[in-house]
Amino acid sequence: MVDTNCFIGPYPFRTVPHPDPDVLVRVMDREGIRVAWVGHLPSAFHRDPSAGNMELHAALSSHAGRLGPVPTIRPDWPRWEHALRQAADEGAVAVRAYPPQWQLGPLDERMRELALACGERRLPLVLTVRFEDLRQRHALDSAGDLSAAAVRWIARGGENIRLVVAAAGRDMIEEVHWGLTPDEQRRVFWDISWIWGPPEDHLAKLFRSIGPNRFVYGTHWPLRLSQTPRANLDLLPEDLGAVQLADPGRLWD
Amino acid sequence: MSERNIEGPLIDCHAHFLHAFCGRSDWQAVNAARFRAGERIGITCHVASILGSYGFTSPTYFPSPADVTRGNDAMLELSAQAGDRVRMMVTVNPNYTTHALAEIDRCLARGGTRTVGVKLLASRRADDPLLDPICTVAAARTLPVLHHIWQHRLREWPSQEISDGADLARLAARHPRTTFILAHIGGGGDYLHTFHAVKESPNIFPDLSGSGVDRGMLDAAIRQLGAQRLLWGTDLTMETGLAKLRALEVTGLLSDDGIRDIRWRNAARIFPPHAFNS
Repeated sequence: MVDTNCFIGPYPFRTVPHPDPDVLVRVMDREGIRVAWVGHLPSAFHRDPSAGNMELHAALSSHAGRLGPVPTIRPDWPRWEHALRQAADEGAVAVRAYPPQWQLGPLDERMRELALACGERRLPLVLTVRFEDLRQRHALDSAGDLSAAAVRWIARGGENIRLVVAAAGRDMIEEVHWGLTPDEQRRVFWDISWIWGPPEDHLAKLFRSIGPNRFVYGTHWPLRLSQTPRANLDLLPEDLGAVQLADPGRLWD
Repeated sequence: MSERNIEGPLIDCHAHFLHAFCGRSDWQAVNAARFRAGERIGITCHVASILGSYGFTSPTYFPSPADVTRGNDAMLELSAQAGDRVRMMVTVNPNYTTHALAEIDRCLARGGTRTVGVKLLASRRADDPLLDPICTVAAARTLPVLHHIWQHRLREWPSQEISDGADLARLAARHPRTTFILAHIGGGGDYLHTFHAVKESPNIFPDLSGSGVDRGMLDAAIRQLGAQRLLWGTDLTMETGLAKLRALEVTGLLSDDGIRDIRWRNAARIFPPHAFNS
């Protein structure tokens, strides 16, 4: 199992308990997670993500093989192409970007350029719909959620693009999926960290309508309980008990 | 499913069922899914309510008296059919005091020991005097009152008249003999505010339900309020309920007895005697 959606580092708007690599590895052992794609949580809120990326690489260096770095690349920042090249050279397993936090609108061409550049290097681009529930946000946390329109726009940018969209709910997933052509749909993967289970059974409905191969495992740790996605899979109806999620290592296959 | 092998009862203090008059053709499938997941989780009793027509013929949190009655009727029927697996809370809209009081006694008369509490909708601020007669009757009948709560209200939100922990604490202070269940600390808003707001209100028992599964939420609840003040529940998302159940075992803050308190023993203490036969 690969956790495609987790972070290390503190969150600016509330305390999250021990968001450290050593603790993450212990959590992964407990949850049966072999590998995690790890972002640097504070970088989402920094203007320049460069320092955060260095911090991420240093923090994960002693856990190579378990924790894969997912640096942040900001496509409206000078020399972002150089930062992407450097990230790839240093072993990034994916790249994260946060358009709402950077006030990049849903049709921003620079996000497409980043997604295409990532795709050329076979690096998935991880987008985060939300960090916290809308109803509890700090007054200064005014960026808003990533929109379905933004995901559709990026996904339509080119055939080599691969997106992993984290922390989306059923409505957004359906809005994006059925708003894309079959070719475009294959470029988008969804983590299951924030999809409702029973009794509404959103996850089961999505598996039946869209297919489990469009979904990847994700916990949203350290912001959310790591037990949630496993619990959701454990509560699927009998006929979906043996579903296979997509392999994050083979998103271009 | 239990890492610490803590077996035994598990009471879901905050559940809902649908019915034929809520405008959804899939209502039976949703109810069946709750039972299916409940069996998988190990829930021994769903303490449930039906919220009028869930918006179909009047708003979920501002239901008409007719819809309240129809929903309670459906809940009476379901709890009668389900045996010990289901107990019911009587839903009331406090804006209709006479109707609300009559519904409590009607559902007690028809449901007997299967009627175990009162579900107060977010139709009126929690500290409003209109809630007083309902709370007085609930205490006289030894029924706990489950109050829908928004964790820290900073403004008005549409479709409900929200109350937070501080509002409920004022009501609880006026009714020290009434037991209150503070709904879903994971159900939206800032739960950290709630723990401070109700810390000195010993007759308020927050339930852990809701879709929110923030790390640190359970730890803060246990540290601030203690295991004997918390109730386990699911509300609209049972996977988050299961996740919290599993997380309780690894917080490092709870003894096995503390976990049992949250799983069922606190519920057994605050609901009427003989509410849970098994």
